[in-house]
Parts: sequence; structure tokens; C-alpha cells
Amino acid sequence: MTKLTDLTIAAARDALAAKEFSATELTEAYIQAMEAGRDLNAYITETPDVALERARESDDRRARGGHIGSMDGMPIAMKDLFCTEGVLTTAGSHILDGFTPPYESTVSANLRSAGAVMLGKANLDEFAMGSANITSYYGPVKNPWSAKVGKDLVPGGSSGGSAAAVSGRLAMAATGTDTGGSIRQPASFCGIVGLKPTYGRCSRWGIVAFASSLDQAGPMTQTVRDAAIMLGAMAGHDPKDSTSAPVETPDFEAAITGNVKGLTIGIPKEYRMDGMDPEIQAIWDQGVEWLKAAGCNIKDVSLPTTKYALPTYYIVAPAEASANLARYDGVRYGLRVPGDSLDDMYMNTRGEGFGHEVQRRILIGTYALSSGYYDAYYIKAQKVRTLISNDFKAAFEDVDAILTPTAPSAAFGIGENQDDPVAMYLNDVFTVPTSLAGLPGISVPAGLNKDGLPLGLQLIGRGFDEGTILNVASVIEDAAGFQCKPGKEA
Amino acid sequence: MSLDKDTVKNIAYLARIRVDEAQLEPLAGELSSILDWIEQLQELDTDGVEPMASVAAMDLPQRKDVVTDGNCQTAVLKNAPDGEDGFYTVPKVVE
Repeated sequence: MTKLTDLTIAAARDALAAKEFSATELTEAYIQAMEAGRDLNAYITETPDVALERARESDDRRARGGHIGSMDGMPIAMKDLFCTEGVLTTAGSHILDGFTPPYESTVSANLRSAGAVMLGKANLDEFAMGSANITSYYGPVKNPWSAKVGKDLVPGGSSGGSAAAVSGRLAMAATGTDTGGSIRQPASFCGIVGLKPTYGRCSRWGIVAFASSLDQAGPMTQTVRDAAIMLGAMAGHDPKDSTSAPVETPDFEAAITGNVKGLTIGIPKEYRMDGMDPEIQAIWDQGVEWLKAAGCNIKDVSLPTTKYALPTYYIVAPAEASANLARYDGVRYGLRVPGDSLDDMYMNTRGEGFGHEVQRRILIGTYALSSGYYDAYYIKAQKVRTLISNDFKAAFEDVDAILTPTAPSAAFGIGENQDDPVAMYLNDVFTVPTSLAGLPGISVPAGLNKDGLPLGLQLIGRGFDEGTILNVASVIEDAAGFQCKPGKEA
Repeated sequence: MSLDKDTVKNIAYLARIRVDEAQLEPLAGELSSILDWIEQLQELDTDGVEPMASVAAMDLPQRKDVVTDGNCQTAVLKNAPDGEDGFYTVPKVVE
């Protein structure tokens, strides 16, 4: 029999229904794996008691023939950016020391209603700011694929703990959040599936805010089908988030038919960057061939404002972050570092409580919003954002989905790319434009590079059309025949 | 766009972040290099382009102006690093 921790959500759903094992047994297997895999540092807080309690509730529901949710009994990791009632929530930051929310985020509550079992809170870059999971106050996360190259690799970020947990089988699936690539890039680095839904698909209520016009929660899973199942459980209109879209949640799993004949897939020429890694180009070309073979029409498209997306993002996101993070004042929650005056206390608390990257972004944002620079930076960036969004609108007149690489490289070593902030920002070059336009994007593992490390391909869809990109991603998944075997137990 | 030490000191004060004197110079260098890179946005002609504040293609919803939450003082104060008699406390602000 397959190891319990190798099962997908779809397979475990059938096995639980057939009573091959109980939710408690499944959860116990994951708790053991979580403990055995502590060297990855994927979790900030393990919650085995919460997990076992929810697993028992799931078994009870099944025993008495109660309503069984779409995620019933599925052990998942929760990115530590989601507020969880009575469970420490850190956002990977020193400044939230000891913060135990008295409420539950909408997405984590939805997952719980669907029967999901929370194993613990997953590590992340501090306030979700980073592309390598090296800015967490709780230390870096190790990519499970590190064994392949004999050095410690980053899992990507900011949802690095979530990605490492799923890839290393320390969770069946995990929640992530994506502001500029924080679900898709770590999914690519760790050889798993990561879906950033359309902005507004999942409620942001109760998620520690980074950049409110960009933040979106999504699933990180072993397979495309699992992503569809989990997104269905996370999504839904929420009056508590005014940007939550008042739309029905479709049956995402039903959209995965494997039939993509006649769909038109766009290939944006601006994503062919100078000096692009030939292995990234090769996997992208391979993706095109797979889709052609499956009956898709391939069409070159142009997204002319692409090269300006990253600098636009690095105004918009820090500006919003500087406003959102103003709430950490040492008064209402978390860390307080005393000072002689109120101002002194604020400055000491925020000087000590925020890490270097977070401070850097707050300062950039503060500067961009300050008197005299607001028009030159913030308004300018918002105007370029309109152009980027228009690029996609024009492209989607002609195509049903867009295929690109997810990231410009495979996972790199812990400690690399650290000296130059801009070099680190370039990790998100292929994912940021989608975020600025609010469109859905999915990363699906497509193959390995010469060192045996996973590479992902990204599919970008029309707003609220996650179904199409899930379906196309499933075709790539089938064609690639990718096996997530990071090597430890292989 | 090059930021000098004093400008960084002022931004840090606006953001209420204590930065060590010795850190101001290296931080000015880092922020300047990020702003230099952002400077390329000026190449783009954006005359007449509407700024985009939100991608949500909808009007913000409205609801009845009624209380939907409250009466949870204990829960609200539970995480305060320092509280007294149902209030948050701060260093003395009035002489």
C-alpha cells in the first residue's frame, strides 16, 4: 500500500470514504512526518493537538453519516500569515511576538468548515516579503530538494514553509498567499502545484495584510486536481472583505477534463528575456510542444509593458505595506520595546521588531508616499499598472490562457542572491505582472534541470477563469509525468 | 535618485523606525540603488492614463449603517503588551 503521506487529496478522499484508514490515522502519519522533518524548519508552530481533535471530529462525522466536506480529514499546513483563533500567529516577524488571535481568518475558517485538519503554522518570509524564505525571524526554510545537490537550497518565498511542507510530505497540502509571486515561485522551486486565484476570489479577512490591492490566498498542493479541490474549499464571497467578489464559486474540479482541443494559448514575446537560462527556455518550449500535441493553438502575443512591472510593483507594494504595517505600534499586540516618550516607544519597537527587508520596504513606501514624491512615484506606478492591466486585456481578446516560465531559475543556495535587493526582486519577474493585473496564475511542475531540480511553468488566465488554467495545467502535468521525489527517501 | 543620510533619517522618523546612526549610510546606498532601478518608469509616457488603485472591477459595496460587532473588550485587549482596567496603556503623553 502507498504510504499515507504520499497520498493526494483526491486519493485520500476516496480511501477515507472506503474506510481504508481513518482521518486520525492519516493525521498521525503526518504528525510523525512533521516531527521527523523538523530540519526543514517548515513550521513555526506545530499544532498536533488541534490536528488530532479535528481528525477525530472528522472520523465522528463519517461514523454517524454526517455531512462530509470536500477537505474532510485532510491534514494541511497553514501559512503563518492566516490568523488562527487561539493559535500563535507570527507573520514570521519578531514584532508579533506572542500574538494569539481571538478570531479566525475567513479562508482558514472555510477550510475548517470543509473538514480540513490543521497540522501547524508554516514558516514564511517576514510579512510575506521575500522570494527565498530567508527573512523569517524564525530562520530560513530548507528546500527538501537540497539533498539532490548536496547544499542547502532555498524553497522560494514567501510561502516557503508551505511549499517545503508539501514537497517534503510534511503536509498533504498547504495554504499560501501571493502578492507578487509568493505562491507560484516557491511551488516552482519545490516541485509542487501553486495557484494564485483571481484577486477577490478568496477573502483577505484575517490574513495579515502586506499589500492589500495585491494580496490573495491560494492552494499549494501535490497535483492540479488537489489545487482545484482545495481552492473550492477556500473561496467564496465574504462581506467582511469589501474587495471579495460577490460571485458563485464554481466546481473547479469539474473544469479538469483533460480536453484542451481548440484552446488558444498565448506566448508573450516580452517574457523571452536577454540572458535567459537555456534550461528555462527549453522547458518553456517543451510546454508549448505538449500543448500543441494536445490540440491547442499556439499564438504569439505581446505584453509590451512587461519590463516595467517589477519597478511598478516595488512602488505599489511597499507603499501599501508602509500603510498596513503602521498598525504595529507596540500598543495593541505583539512586541513592545519601552521608550521615554510615546514616539520613542514606537521607534524602539519598530526598530527592533521589524527585520531588515521589512524596514527597507517600509522606508521605500514611506518615501514614495511622502509629500513632493507622491505623484512622481506612487501615481506614476498606478498609471503604469493600468497599462500592464490593459496589455493583458488586449492579449485575452485573442487567447484563452498564457504560458510562461514561473521563475527565471531553479532553487538557489541559502545565502546566494542576498547582497543585492534588486537581484532578489528579479525572482518574481514572470509572476508580478499577473499580480498587478489581478489575474489568476498557476505554477505546475514541468521537469527537472540538469542538477535534478524542479522547474515550473506558469499559466495565466482571464479574471475568474481559474477553471481553464487548471484544465490546461492538468494537461502539462500529465505530459510531464513529473514525480515530486526530492530525494530524501528516494 | 540618490538619497543622502539626512533624508533617510527623516524617512525613518516618518515611519517611526529607529535606525542606528551607523546604519544610515549603508541604508541610503541600498534605498538609492532600488530607487535608481525604479527610475526607469519615467521612460514611459503615461499622460492621460488613469491611475489604477484596485483591480476589483466593482463598486465598493455598501451596507446598512448598523453595529455588526462589539462587546468584546476582553478579547480586544487580550494581546496588549501592557493594559490596565480595560484600557491600553502608553508612555505619558501629557505633562
